[in-house]
Amino acid sequence: MSTATEPRRDTPARTRATHTAPSFWASVWLVSSREIASRLRSKAFLISTGILLLIAVGSVIAGGILSANTSTNTTQVAVVGTASAVVGESSGLTAVPADDVAAAEALVRDGTVSAAVVPDDSLLGVSVIALDSPPADVMNALSVSPAVELLDPAAQGGFLVYLVALGFGLVFFMSALTFGSTIAQSVVEEKQTRVVEILMTTIPVRALLAGKVVGNSIMAFGQIVAIALLVGIGMAITGQRVLLADLGPAIGWFAVFFAFGFVMIAALFAATASMVSRQEDVGTTTAPVTYLVMLPYILVIIFNDNPLVMAIMSYVPFSAPVGMPVRIFLGTAEWWEPILSLVILALTTAGVILFGSRIYRNSLLRMGGRVTYKQALRG
Amino acid sequence: MLEIRGINKNYGAHQVLTDVSFTVGDGRMTGFVGANGAGKTTTMRIILGVLASDSGSVLLDGTPLTAGDRRRFGYMPEERGLYPKMKVAEQLVYLARLHGLSPAAAKQNTNDLLERLSLDQRAGDLVESLSLGNQQRAQIAAALVHDPEFLVLDEPFSGLDPIAVEVVLTVLKEHAAAGAPVLFSSHQLDLVERLCDDLVIIAAGEIRANGSREKLRDQFSTPRFEIHSAVDAGWIRGVEGITVIDFDGGEAVFEADSDAASQTVLREALSRGAVHSFGHLRPSLATIFKEVVQ
Repeated sequence: MSTATEPRRDTPARTRATHTAPSFWASVWLVSSREIASRLRSKAFLISTGILLLIAVGSVIAGGILSANTSTNTTQVAVVGTASAVVGESSGLTAVPADDVAAAEALVRDGTVSAAVVPDDSLLGVSVIALDSPPADVMNALSVSPAVELLDPAAQGGFLVYLVALGFGLVFFMSALTFGSTIAQSVVEEKQTRVVEILMTTIPVRALLAGKVVGNSIMAFGQIVAIALLVGIGMAITGQRVLLADLGPAIGWFAVFFAFGFVMIAALFAATASMVSRQEDVGTTTAPVTYLVMLPYILVIIFNDNPLVMAIMSYVPFSAPVGMPVRIFLGTAEWWEPILSLVILALTTAGVILFGSRIYRNSLLRMGGRVTYKQALRG
Repeated sequence: MLEIRGINKNYGAHQVLTDVSFTVGDGRMTGFVGANGAGKTTTMRIILGVLASDSGSVLLDGTPLTAGDRRRFGYMPEERGLYPKMKVAEQLVYLARLHGLSPAAAKQNTNDLLERLSLDQRAGDLVESLSLGNQQRAQIAAALVHDPEFLVLDEPFSGLDPIAVEVVLTVLKEHAAAGAPVLFSSHQLDLVERLCDDLVIIAAGEIRANGSREKLRDQFSTPRFEIHSAVDAGWIRGVEGITVIDFDGGEAVFEADSDAASQTVLREALSRGAVHSFGHLRPSLATIFKEVVQ
């Protein structure tokens, strides 16, 4: 526009606006700040976040108690004479010296010890005296097992793997679903209340979409980081440092994958939500995206011990945020694998954003019935 | 000056706008009048860039309007809407900031506007808790909060009580007086007639008439006169070149073949007694509208 300020004939000169339009990213930031502020003001959001954090802390504490039970409690056994040499060599047993077999039996009877180990003439040189049933833990501790050589040792035990896989799957599923549906509702709210037409004339549609995605991603990511920190600190405090050292890198990668994966999911939620005009229709229109979010959760529960399925999952963009961290925890991923998978995820995310913003832009002003994919993509 | 030039738009086989052209001058209140579905909202959405036209252009001072220029528009869409769960003042500040105002300027403008629109008591209330009339005022504030250079308002007076209409009128006039081109649509033809400098009449997607209010009234006026006199006006029927349309005692409406013939009537009437009024009958906007649209 011209900068000339010549006065006009019969009408007053137009007063020029002194402010300039904000930059694209300034607009994005304004939109995302509003998203964050309205989220922080929502009681439902604060309560659900609180519950999620409590679950995380609770599971760490429960894990701490469980592991404490198995590692620190040793079984006390009474030993007589030369038997003390046998007991001393086995872990998990604490020897309580007794003067003779009768004294050892007395200790067993009054419950001071679980069993007594006394010398005899058998092949092993000792026999065990117990009260009413053979003491399995003592027998195990005293048994001799042949040496085992594993050709391809698993880094982690089966049940722990299941728990960790479940944890990653659950956290991804819950966060993506919570914040994804929040974004969907926020898109439809603007459409339903028609405020979107004012917004569209004020800032570029891309900035509006980006602001929503960024705002909700920050919230989702913040929640994930809070959970990761709580779990990490909790493990350190409850003395599960060994597990923390194994789990740390997996959690770190999970956060990185989640950041990209959530942006992708958020763009899809926003795009599909923009195709309807009423909150009642949000569930139907976003259902395909919801399935995409649920899929890795279900797969990881069923197939966490199936290397082939996990390998595929760790590269498919929608399940990589769950699949790759689990494989890193298992130690089955080469160093370059998370990087390659992340590149695939980032490229897919970029493509999805383009696809999503096209649907979003073309659907925003179509009120009433559901916009078809054909209409939304053709414009 | 805002110039709309040769806009065409169709939805599938349905042609909504055909070669729509008109201008909105600086400091001119321009009324945009048409029946429902005539194409007013579509035209306004195209001006604001919310919709794309199939052909034609929107020019600002002779150059095509850019997205940056459009930020300086104040727009009130036909479909009203604000965030229901946001406080009135907070919402206005947000919109002002989206237009690029500093936080301080946004706050200042919000407070000023709310006071002018008598909404200052409601600044801290949620939009959804306002009455319909107050929501409408908030909507107008939303269109004005960033000191726009241009105003495009779709039915700004619908849903307003008479007091609010006057308040909004005053605010719009101030903007026009400050040099802002103001385009607004309305169904209330009497209001448009009272308020507008220029008129644009649209029907079935085509501009049927446009220009200054006075020009249009001249253009559509017939050589029709009205006289109020003290004595019975029956004699007018006998004057040469005069056709009486309506007549009741001292009052008469007639058409004159020439200016001279109408002046003859006036002179004759004065010689017969007192004349309370004599004037060229010019059509009201409603009359022009009906004539143009048919």
